[in-house]
Amino acid sequence: MEAYDVIVIGAGVVGSAVARELTRYRLDICVLEKEQDVACGNSSRNTGMLHAGFTYKPGSLKAECAVEGNKEFDRVAKELGVPFKRTGKLVVGFTDRDRENILKFKAIGEKNGVEGMRMIDQEEINRIDPNAGGEFAMYVPSSGILDPMQYTIALAENACQNGAVFRFGQKVTGITRTGEGEETGYLVHTETDTFQTRWVINCAGMYASEISGMLGYPVYPVKGFKGEYYVLDKKAGAFLSIPVYPAPNEKGGFSTHATPTVDGNVLVGPDSYLTEDREDYIVTKEHMDGLFADGRKMFKQMKRDYFIRNFAGIRWKRYDPETGEILDFLLEADEAHPRTVNLVGIESPGVTCALPLARRAAQKLISREHPDVNPDFDPVRHVKKRFYEMTHEEQAQAIAEDPMYGEIVCRCETVTKAEILAAIHNPLGVHTVTGIKNRTRATMGRCQGGYCETRITEMIREELGLEPEEVRYSKAGSRMFTGKVREV
Amino acid sequence: MVREFTCIMCPQGCEITVELEAPEPAEGSGKESGNGRIRSVSGNRCPRGKEYVTQEIVSPMRNIATSILVEGGELPLASVRLTAPIPKGRIFDVMAEIRKICMEAPVTEGQCVLENVLGLGSDVIVTKTVERIATGMPR
Amino acid sequence: MKMKNADVVIIGGGPAGLAAAIELHKKGITDILILEREKSLGGILRQCIHDGFGLTRFGETLSGPEYAARFVRQVKELGIPYMTDTTVLELTPDKKIFASSAVHGFVEVQAKAVVLAMGCRERTRGAISIPGSRPAGVYTAGVAQAYINLKNVMVGREVVILGSGDIGMIMARRLTLEGAHVQGVFEIQPYPSGLPRNIEQCLNDYRIPLYLSHSVTEIRGKDRLESVVVSQVDENLNPIPGTEKEYFCDTLILSVGLIPENELTWMAKAEQDAGTKGAAVDEFYQTTVPGIFAAGNVLHVHDLVDFVSMEAEALADGAARYVKEGSLPESRCAVTGDSMVGQLVPARISGEENVTVSFRMRKPVRNCVITVCQGDHVIKTVRKPKALPAEMIQIPVEREKLNNRDNLEVKVSW
Repeated sequence: MEAYDVIVIGAGVVGSAVARELTRYRLDICVLEKEQDVACGNSSRNTGMLHAGFTYKPGSLKAECAVEGNKEFDRVAKELGVPFKRTGKLVVGFTDRDRENILKFKAIGEKNGVEGMRMIDQEEINRIDPNAGGEFAMYVPSSGILDPMQYTIALAENACQNGAVFRFGQKVTGITRTGEGEETGYLVHTETDTFQTRWVINCAGMYASEISGMLGYPVYPVKGFKGEYYVLDKKAGAFLSIPVYPAPNEKGGFSTHATPTVDGNVLVGPDSYLTEDREDYIVTKEHMDGLFADGRKMFKQMKRDYFIRNFAGIRWKRYDPETGEILDFLLEADEAHPRTVNLVGIESPGVTCALPLARRAAQKLISREHPDVNPDFDPVRHVKKRFYEMTHEEQAQAIAEDPMYGEIVCRCETVTKAEILAAIHNPLGVHTVTGIKNRTRATMGRCQGGYCETRITEMIREELGLEPEEVRYSKAGSRMFTGKVREV
Repeated sequence: MVREFTCIMCPQGCEITVELEAPEPAEGSGKESGNGRIRSVSGNRCPRGKEYVTQEIVSPMRNIATSILVEGGELPLASVRLTAPIPKGRIFDVMAEIRKICMEAPVTEGQCVLENVLGLGSDVIVTKTVERIATGMPR
Repeated sequence: MKMKNADVVIIGGGPAGLAAAIELHKKGITDILILEREKSLGGILRQCIHDGFGLTRFGETLSGPEYAARFVRQVKELGIPYMTDTTVLELTPDKKIFASSAVHGFVEVQAKAVVLAMGCRERTRGAISIPGSRPAGVYTAGVAQAYINLKNVMVGREVVILGSGDIGMIMARRLTLEGAHVQGVFEIQPYPSGLPRNIEQCLNDYRIPLYLSHSVTEIRGKDRLESVVVSQVDENLNPIPGTEKEYFCDTLILSVGLIPENELTWMAKAEQDAGTKGAAVDEFYQTTVPGIFAAGNVLHVHDLVDFVSMEAEALADGAARYVKEGSLPESRCAVTGDSMVGQLVPARISGEENVTVSFRMRKPVRNCVITVCQGDHVIKTVRKPKALPAEMIQIPVEREKLNNRDNLEVKVSW
């Protein structure tokens, strides 16, 4: 049986950040993930905002972590080699009611320590971005955009490079406590294996309540707020430089916004409606039509010609069943449940808060165990510049050094064979088609893999020696092929 | 009786109307040309249309295009077709024969890989040259 | 890095690029370079293994690979220079080309003239916003064709096809021949978008039903596709509530249209034609950037490859003349069509040269009269017993009948 000091349940952005924080110490760490890659749930199904922290209740864990996470992100992005732009944000309004709500949250933001927010008129909106809607706005300079998928991959790869182990396709089905007091430990059962560990950290995202129950904590009630998105072509991206949000409602909720991505696309969404199904990621005509209508108010250049994809995400919020009130992030660890840390109701702004939450979770272990510091810990993830971002001289040089840089596999996003091969041999051992896509951007352009998908699946097969039936699109059961057309 | 056809001989897809004397023969019975003698053909823009419906009434004939396995080639498959059309009802029998073929590369366009398939008077020929792959080629 | 020079660089070694190269060579332009991203010349024809190509161009019916091989052989015999495995990264308005190749390294070429022959790509699920989940098993027809005919992998067993484009119907037959069960082809329009012969020989021959005015309104399945919901649509193409029917399948093939692949065209600052979504060209197939030409599916989507080749051959006239003379007559007369005329090419003419006007009907009509006129002067009248959106209509107009002042108009009455 595999034995570890710490098992982290869930390889979302929080679990990956927790693993990375813990690798600063001499600990054997394993992350168990039910899917085939990191960030398959809501860690990647969001807008990719680095939030400023002006909509969260002062003194809450959300407010504290968002402001802390926002302030440090230039350094974090540099360390981990992930794209990040501190674009600022426009929260735009049309009515007196909008202005009232914006001012309310401006005051809250100031209390939370968000710096530099100011009200601007339409003229200044036009100066910042002529394609942004709104008659007046609050400009929030500290907001930024990142790629939540790449950020999670970077956290996980950095954790992996510092010694953490990631196990995919391991859905936790039960947890048994072994021993008492200083002998306390746990057996974590999955569908196929059992792992022994001294510590368990629950970072299971939308399933955190269930894991919470397995650890002996309450099964906290959660409510799913689903939102759908449109992804627009990079042609649209040329027209938008800053996220444009509508005025929040009284509770601080935002409806459909338009946000540029770090790669140059535009996201329109999410809207918000309740769902029961934990993984209800389907997109619907009704909501797509709504997004189109609402998105145009935020982004004047929205056109159907720009549509390249849709997706959906769900914010699983913890709430009080008596009052219906939405509750703060929960991070708890107590002696009734020794050697566990329980994180529940981590939703938006979870990406912004991931590292601050991870430090607080790690602190629970460190203050109790005082582990030795890992002298080899390297916070820097070394990444190569993307071929797409190179100058012609750099491209020529790259090809001269490795001819595989000369073969363009994905034409829309200019991804080379060298980059695809590196992604296939990624440190986490992920080899799904979407895994390669999320690491390279191949298939994410306007042809959606029409040119490169056949090449990528062929390379996956060649590099890893897989039969056609063994190639997976994303999930364990997502077979791409039923076999060969001809064989001996 | 009157039958309507869409000609498949060329992309124009003429809508051809055929007037027949007697009841049409059972499909695939092939031989009875006396039955269903054609009284008139109209709507075709060229003689091939008339040929097509004449054959179609007696026994529809089709060509098929598919692939054969190639070993040691730059591609795993070579495309093939038939040198002459075969009765429509035999398509899947012929496919089963083609499926059994495996050739060592190189194969050349025009090369016959199966003669007179199932005695139907049609050969299976390669339509795409597949060169032999150089061994030890870099990725 | 050393900049090469060439009289004409042809981007794309498919049917358009190959035909343009051969014809240019015949006209005495031999300093040519074809740049092709694939490992071999031939373009999309390499995977179109079905027959039916070449009847117009060669008077016989060939498979796609055979059709392509005729041109490839000629290119090789004539010694026309080409580079395979080479992807063009950038094209500038002054006709510098930057390309990337694992075989040839980083390539820079200064061309006198450029021929855009990049072809087209398929419209995807995202572009038409099909609701539902995102399982494996949803393929565009061309991708499925590449997997089955080039990569030797089978995409699925129980198949539904959305869209009655020619590739969709051809894949219906291809999948059936390989043992898959095709449950039906669903077309949102009230008429088929592919050719009648393909309905006959790809669907009817194999008893595959074609449902017009139907569309897939939901995709279901978390891992692999499990089913699709199909609905009837009304005259505005909106799904009719209550008509939903679920089809259990593991594969959905999309044949919902082709889009000219013009990223390099826009990089070079050529103007777009609103109707074709390709470059706006004159009768020489010259874009709005002097010396940059376009032909084939990159310009407008063709029904037959024969017409792609013939259009590229016609392009060679103008391109050769441009290389020799340094410019072409200015094209001041706009070409316009009435509400029945779609995909009209060219966008403008000089009025001093022969021109072939190409377009597609926006809906099927019978017994129509097509007139081409300049001002009040009717230049040409063509009667057609049947005109379908699936076919490209071409009308040659002789220069003697044209003036260089008035716009050219195409009208349809029936």
